[in-house]
Amino acid sequence: MEAMTLRRVHKTYRLGNVDVPALIDIDLKVRSDCFTVLSGASGSGKTTLLNLIGCIDKPDAGEIDIAGQPVAALSDDALSDFRLRHIGFVFQNFNLLPVLTAYENIEYPLLLTHMPSAARKRRVLELLDAVGLSEHARHWPGQLSGGQRQRVAVARALATAPELVLADEPTANLDSTTGAAIIALMRRMQRDYHVTFVFSSHDPKVLAEADDAVQLQDGRILAGGAR
Amino acid sequence: MNSLRLALRNLKRNRRRSLATVLAMVVGGVSILLFGGYVQNIVCGLQTDFVRAGGHLQLEHKDYYLYGSGDPTAYGIADEAHVIAVLEHDPVLAPMLLVVTPTLEFGGIAGNFAAGVSRTVYASGVIVADQNAMQRWNDYGFPGEPDVLALTGTRPDAAVIGLGVARVLHLCTALKVQDCPQPSGPAATLARESTNAPLPSDVAQLVDREDAVDRQDASTTTSKIRPSRDAAAVAAPEIELLAATTGGAPNVARLHVAKAIDLGVKEANDNYVGMHLPAAQRLLYGSAPSEVTAIVLQLRHTSDIARAKQRIETLLATTLEGAPLAVYDFRDLNPYYGQTVALFAAIFSFISVLIGAIVLFTVGNTMNAAIVERTVEIGTLRAIGLRRGGVRRLFVSESLLLGVVGAGFGVLTALLVALLVNHSGLTWTPPGRVNPIHLHVRVWGEWTLIASTGAGLLIVAVLSAWWPARRAARLEVVEALRHV
Repeated sequence: MEAMTLRRVHKTYRLGNVDVPALIDIDLKVRSDCFTVLSGASGSGKTTLLNLIGCIDKPDAGEIDIAGQPVAALSDDALSDFRLRHIGFVFQNFNLLPVLTAYENIEYPLLLTHMPSAARKRRVLELLDAVGLSEHARHWPGQLSGGQRQRVAVARALATAPELVLADEPTANLDSTTGAAIIALMRRMQRDYHVTFVFSSHDPKVLAEADDAVQLQDGRILAGGAR
Repeated sequence: MNSLRLALRNLKRNRRRSLATVLAMVVGGVSILLFGGYVQNIVCGLQTDFVRAGGHLQLEHKDYYLYGSGDPTAYGIADEAHVIAVLEHDPVLAPMLLVVTPTLEFGGIAGNFAAGVSRTVYASGVIVADQNAMQRWNDYGFPGEPDVLALTGTRPDAAVIGLGVARVLHLCTALKVQDCPQPSGPAATLARESTNAPLPSDVAQLVDREDAVDRQDASTTTSKIRPSRDAAAVAAPEIELLAATTGGAPNVARLHVAKAIDLGVKEANDNYVGMHLPAAQRLLYGSAPSEVTAIVLQLRHTSDIARAKQRIETLLATTLEGAPLAVYDFRDLNPYYGQTVALFAAIFSFISVLIGAIVLFTVGNTMNAAIVERTVEIGTLRAIGLRRGGVRRLFVSESLLLGVVGAGFGVLTALLVALLVNHSGLTWTPPGRVNPIHLHVRVWGEWTLIASTGAGLLIVAVLSAWWPARRAARLEVVEALRHV
């Protein structure tokens, strides 16, 4: 069973008067409930591929199915709703909302789904406990360390119980110990919540943890992934 | 965490900028409210002046307004006592009425023949007690005692003249008028040569005839109402007032000038002669049945005008059927009032638009800065699943909150500043007035002004955020997340 399928996906960026191909004829299937890593040098197309999978960018050509749903024809609002319910994001810079506490950051996506208050509270407390931050629920992002912020971000990504969580170099801004702890946390969460994790990284420790690894070079898949 | 709570936290996050924006709105709101309150006070003051002088409504011959100034006796109201009785006893109208009084206005020539000078004047015959009652109308609560007519307590043949009339008729010295320049050159020589010259014989005859009637009237009137003519005659200078009677023949009355008054407007000062109504009627109608040119009605409240006017029109069609009368309100009779109100309304609108534009750009600038600073946050929110409409709502909510706080503090500050101004003792002299009046800014109680200013600030705040919010909502998620 695939969490997502990409067929002949092509993406080009225009820099000034020059068209720069970012992804060329990508065919890819990602297995459900797996820990998949996209690796490759800078400029290889990892982030572009994650953006397309996350439905925050559109391909110039090709088809993308996420959780069995073709997303190419969805309107902007429909894509927003789709992301809310099916995709979680973990960013390199954590991207927590600074005016919300740890609790509120995790709660925010649930508010968008109009989940009832009691269920919402249960879910947030459960996730805070899962990432080991129950004691920090009322802390503002500025009062948390980098590792703690990324834990909140992981909890937020899982809040709406998505099928897919995307993480763009989630350990890049963390020291190696904290980074390893975050990878371990994500691995544990992936197994506990039966979620598909796809993230980009060129950290060998991360690659070692992966169920599947997809190597990219110059916008093409060099190795890995179901073709 | 709804949009408003999130907006509030975002505003608190950049306190200094939010405070500066709110301050701009407060200054804008205060400016509009204070100027609006000042304008409102001018309008109320102007209305009070007109209503005290000429009532809310006037019943006139239907053609008097257009043609009566040329021939008032042809467009008079006969049997005014009956008409007044009908008005005063009407069960619908009576509760609305404060004063109903007749007046007679006409043009003539006032002369100081002893000095050999004369000029055309516009005379007004009034019942002094009624006019003094009208001066007490104060629907808008202006401070100070009401004015008392200069004719109060004067003899039946007394007159009050404008400063300009006194100057032209060389009566300044006799009336102890200050700052009354004397003519120079040939006019001064002529004035000196003709001093104490006898009246022309025809005018003297007319005056003697009027004096005989006066003496007859005086003998039938109590001295309490009519002070002794002989006692006052010693000091008061006299003028002769020539006017056309009903048949077109000239008639002259000798009037004892009690006082020269400053009416605040040169045209009025140069033309005004005020006198008692019976004396005016005697001059115009002689022994014939006398008439008046208008019946003045002063109402308890200006807001009653429409109802009262409608009732009077009903009476004119029923009880007073056949009388060639028409009813006018003070705005019809004094176009200057409407023009002044319109002028101030235009100035107020212009200033409001200017201030609104300043507030619009200030709030817009704040929103633009907030959007630039929070571009990555916008990208994050969109990635999480917030729709474009949610982003728009977020920034508009911030602007709305700024508007609510700005409008609220603006109104409170304006009320406070108005209170200080009103108790500061500052005075000013409005056009058409002689004496300075207290500077008063009418904000408290002007709920329409307050509500419209507050609502205006809110609308401007929301409008100013609309475009930046739209821009924020249309940001590409990927571009927003990449923003540095």
